[in-house]
Amino acid sequence: MAMPETLLHTPLHGRHVALGAKMVPFAGWEMPVQYEGVIPEHRAVRSDAGVFDVSHMGELEVEGPRALEFLQSVLSNDVDRLQPGEAQYTLLTNEIGGIVDDLIVYRLGEFFFLLVVNAGNREAAYAWLKEREIPGSDVRDVSDDCALLAVQGPRAIERLGLPPAQTFTFAETTIDGVEVMVNRTGYTGEDGCELLCMSEDATRLWDAVLARGVVPCGLGARDTLRLEVCYPLHGNDIGPDTDAISAGLGWACALDKDFEGADVLRRVKEEGPERRLVAFVMEEKAIPRHGMPIGGGGEVTSGSHSPMIGIGIGMGYVPSAQAKADTELTIDVRGKPRRARVVKKPIYKRED
Amino acid sequence: MGAAESYPEDLKYHSEHDWARLEGDEAVLGVTWFAADALGELVHFETPEVGASVTKDQSYGEVESVKAVSDVIAPLSGEVLEVNQQVVDAPETVNDDPYGNGWLIRIRLSSPDEVGGLLDLEAYKQVLASQ
Repeated sequence: MAMPETLLHTPLHGRHVALGAKMVPFAGWEMPVQYEGVIPEHRAVRSDAGVFDVSHMGELEVEGPRALEFLQSVLSNDVDRLQPGEAQYTLLTNEIGGIVDDLIVYRLGEFFFLLVVNAGNREAAYAWLKEREIPGSDVRDVSDDCALLAVQGPRAIERLGLPPAQTFTFAETTIDGVEVMVNRTGYTGEDGCELLCMSEDATRLWDAVLARGVVPCGLGARDTLRLEVCYPLHGNDIGPDTDAISAGLGWACALDKDFEGADVLRRVKEEGPERRLVAFVMEEKAIPRHGMPIGGGGEVTSGSHSPMIGIGIGMGYVPSAQAKADTELTIDVRGKPRRARVVKKPIYKRED
Repeated sequence: MGAAESYPEDLKYHSEHDWARLEGDEAVLGVTWFAADALGELVHFETPEVGASVTKDQSYGEVESVKAVSDVIAPLSGEVLEVNQQVVDAPETVNDDPYGNGWLIRIRLSSPDEVGGLLDLEAYKQVLASQ
């Protein structure tokens, strides 16, 4: 296998190797795809708690008296709705309503915001913001100073000994003496948090989390977990050429304000999108994969085996006429037609 | 998860990490521990039809893990007599027991001469050493 010359390492690289993780290149980083196996790690997060090193993600600070005004002009969601201590899922949109990146914005203070962006888009998002920066709003890339651990699962908060809190809020605390920002956010559909700390504290925090019985999990399980709950993956399901409305992310677009591409998105919403990002389950034994054609002009954007349901599942764009729940689809699985059925998102939901 | 690494002495091997157990003019085929471990826990076996022909060095099916798909290469040519339904129903059987319950298909050899071209254990271990 051809490996790029230099892959970046997170501060936890040595810990992953010591645990026997299978390391793979991902967005320019060498990251653990699995330790024990994707399926047991996936189940650990659904039933108890797992921890993911997501330090490859980017952290951008936006600060200044006009920071809010600036972010309102580039982000799709209404940043003004955030109080300090609150966070929001939002999109960095381009002039056609396409998605430069999807991210979470944290309001650290009146004039101070933190954006956590995808690893693969860190440079693009930073450049995008820098190009549009206005006087009175300063954008800084602080990714190299930060490590980020996602601790996810129904017992994650209990195992970490953290107090209950609303989702999409954050607070500062210490875990075994390590100063952390506890963000009640995640990418698995489970309760849990994302712990942001200084890079030099990352191994101490990782060790503290594992000592509490949390299972180390790789990017493989992160992908199957997010797919079961239909969270889009930038670069697969969404990107600069896919608009937010067709992607089903209209809920993250405040169309009553002005931001880049808002006029296009208002029009797409009014006219109705030509195609939509739908979730589907296979009706036959087969595993859909990214890029497979869907009969009628669609395409699979994410596909895998669902560890919880035990069948092939996926998401993909289909013409709007095929987007209703229970519509039968035909997926071209390496030349073989395989039946699938459109389902409401999320594909997997905990039975409470 | 999965069996410990092993490569039985009594099998014949193919450099694409497949094995054959010869039984008269028939052979049982499967993938080696190395292939199963490289893929991770298997979740799907795309089988050939019973009665179909398989051709040496060509794909006769696919095995998939959560993350990857891999062709299964026939070490020998022949006609498919049987497909292992246990693996169809529980693909992880291949990880747990790659040379026993995790066999994939049984064929009747159409070109028994091909057997001479297969690798013995020592030769296959050299293939593994070069991976």
